[in-house]
Amino acid sequence: MNLNLVNLKGKVFKCPDNVDTDIIIPAKYLNRSDEEYLGQHCLESLDENFCKKVSKGDVIVAGKNFGCGSSREHAPVAIKASGISCVIAESFARIFFRNAINIGLPVVELKNASKLFNMSDEVEINLAEGIIKNLTKNAIHKIQPFPEFLRKIISVNGLVNFARENLL
Amino acid sequence: MNQTITQKIIARHCKKNFVEAGEFVLAKVDFALSNDVTSPLAIKQFYKIFGEDKRPKVFDRTKVAIVLDHFTPNKDINSAQQNKFTSEFAKKFKIKHFYDGGCVGVEHALLPENGLVKPGDIVIGADSHTCTYGALGLFSTGVGSTDLAVVWATGNVWLKVPETIKIIYKGKLNKNVFGKDLILATIKKIGVDGANYKTIELTGEVIKKLSIFSRFTMTNMAIECGAKNGIIEPDETTFEYLEQVQGSRFKVQSWLKSDKGAKYCDEIEIDCSKIYPQVALPHLPENSVNVRDLEKKIYIDQVVIGSCTNGWLEDLRLAARVLKGKKVNRSVRCLIFPATPRIYMQALKEGLIETFLNSGCIINPPTCGPCLGGHLGILAEGEKSLATTNRNFVGRMGHIKSEVYLSNPVVAAYSAVRGYISES
Repeated sequence: MNLNLVNLKGKVFKCPDNVDTDIIIPAKYLNRSDEEYLGQHCLESLDENFCKKVSKGDVIVAGKNFGCGSSREHAPVAIKASGISCVIAESFARIFFRNAINIGLPVVELKNASKLFNMSDEVEINLAEGIIKNLTKNAIHKIQPFPEFLRKIISVNGLVNFARENLL
Repeated sequence: MNQTITQKIIARHCKKNFVEAGEFVLAKVDFALSNDVTSPLAIKQFYKIFGEDKRPKVFDRTKVAIVLDHFTPNKDINSAQQNKFTSEFAKKFKIKHFYDGGCVGVEHALLPENGLVKPGDIVIGADSHTCTYGALGLFSTGVGSTDLAVVWATGNVWLKVPETIKIIYKGKLNKNVFGKDLILATIKKIGVDGANYKTIELTGEVIKKLSIFSRFTMTNMAIECGAKNGIIEPDETTFEYLEQVQGSRFKVQSWLKSDKGAKYCDEIEIDCSKIYPQVALPHLPENSVNVRDLEKKIYIDQVVIGSCTNGWLEDLRLAARVLKGKKVNRSVRCLIFPATPRIYMQALKEGLIETFLNSGCIINPPTCGPCLGGHLGILAEGEKSLATTNRNFVGRMGHIKSEVYLSNPVVAAYSAVRGYISES
């Protein structure tokens, strides 16, 4: 995820609390690891038409503890490959949060996120400025800036580049 | 400065005397683990780290384990392809602890059993239940494939030093209450995200008397309340177990405990005398109730006894004691998964396998099996399974309209006989 990605814009797909990684991508699809395949089955246990409903750039808005459960990186990979540009949640389970940062899927914590957005609201996110705009409701929400250490990983688009540049 | 055992372990691995909760550090890793689901993605990321211009190298081939335990024996062509890919990687980089074929066991039972993880270590695994090893007094946590690839390449992991919740278990254990019931009751109390990003340090008189296997069951499920790691200070029980598996006496390190005055973000007391055998209802591990309080009979189609939570020899003994001389109900499929080949062999020698077969159980190879909906016991629409595993999420064991209930092995065995969830 690049903080200078200023053009994150799309409509909201809402998810409940405690969406676990089995719901995001169940084990029956973990016998493959190609992104496109995983993307095609993203969140189908929650909504079998998820992939038909979302377009490139759309944003997931979820309740608390998004991504709990298994450590499968296939979960953020599937979300990213489905075209989702950012996940906003009231809180994230820690392994999912790490994985998302590591592979460059923008993830943002926002208090009361579930209450602030409805399904299909138009939303625009400016990560550099830390601002989320709900265009449908004409509301602006400030987000907490990432800690310095994470910004370093984020600024090089993920952990692979960070490791390559700093740790080898 | 006074520190918790978790802080102390992390500090030692980044050459500091003190680390503070919330601080980001780069820590040295003593042991790295992955399985057949998480390795393929990790391998791809590993090669990307080195790119075209650098020669790929594993930081220390003797400190890496790859266990093909989720979809083996290969369940379908795609799994076979993935496992072939992972096997080639393991051979190319001469990974010392590569478990395939007849060596396969459930990873989190296999590593302790082979003496690969020890008190004071930092163990990083691309599997969320890596937190299991904390029962031995070490820091272990689950990560994704990219984090693991970086560990393979550099021997390091980035960590945010967690705050610690101290959980003190008091009182006397009721009949047929084990580590599983204590941890289910704990998750119910604090919620599935109650320890998100945090450490849970399990202490108190009850923990001191608990077997090492019940302790493993508890730290195994630390992740089910969101914890980064679960940890228990090593004691004589730990050292006896280590002596058994390592063949030599572990040198006790006096620093391996929390300082008096260490800072905890919360302290929770649990009165174990109020805990009875538990069952977690669908679809979250926090939904546990006393089995005796179930108002209606919950009829089940399947019982699973095994997994990294409850596939230990002690668990098989408990189940066999219930099943001896009894028959599994004709409407139930009762699946047994000894966690490792060694546990399987010992169960065979002790006559447990014979007991299971006589009762009408199905004996399976030492793998994760249906726990994550992989294979060997997938549920149909509307079916219910009682399992000694760790997760009862929607669709976890098969069809999205199937249900999983979680319990200890004694409740599982009684329920297999009755045909409905029962503690006697």
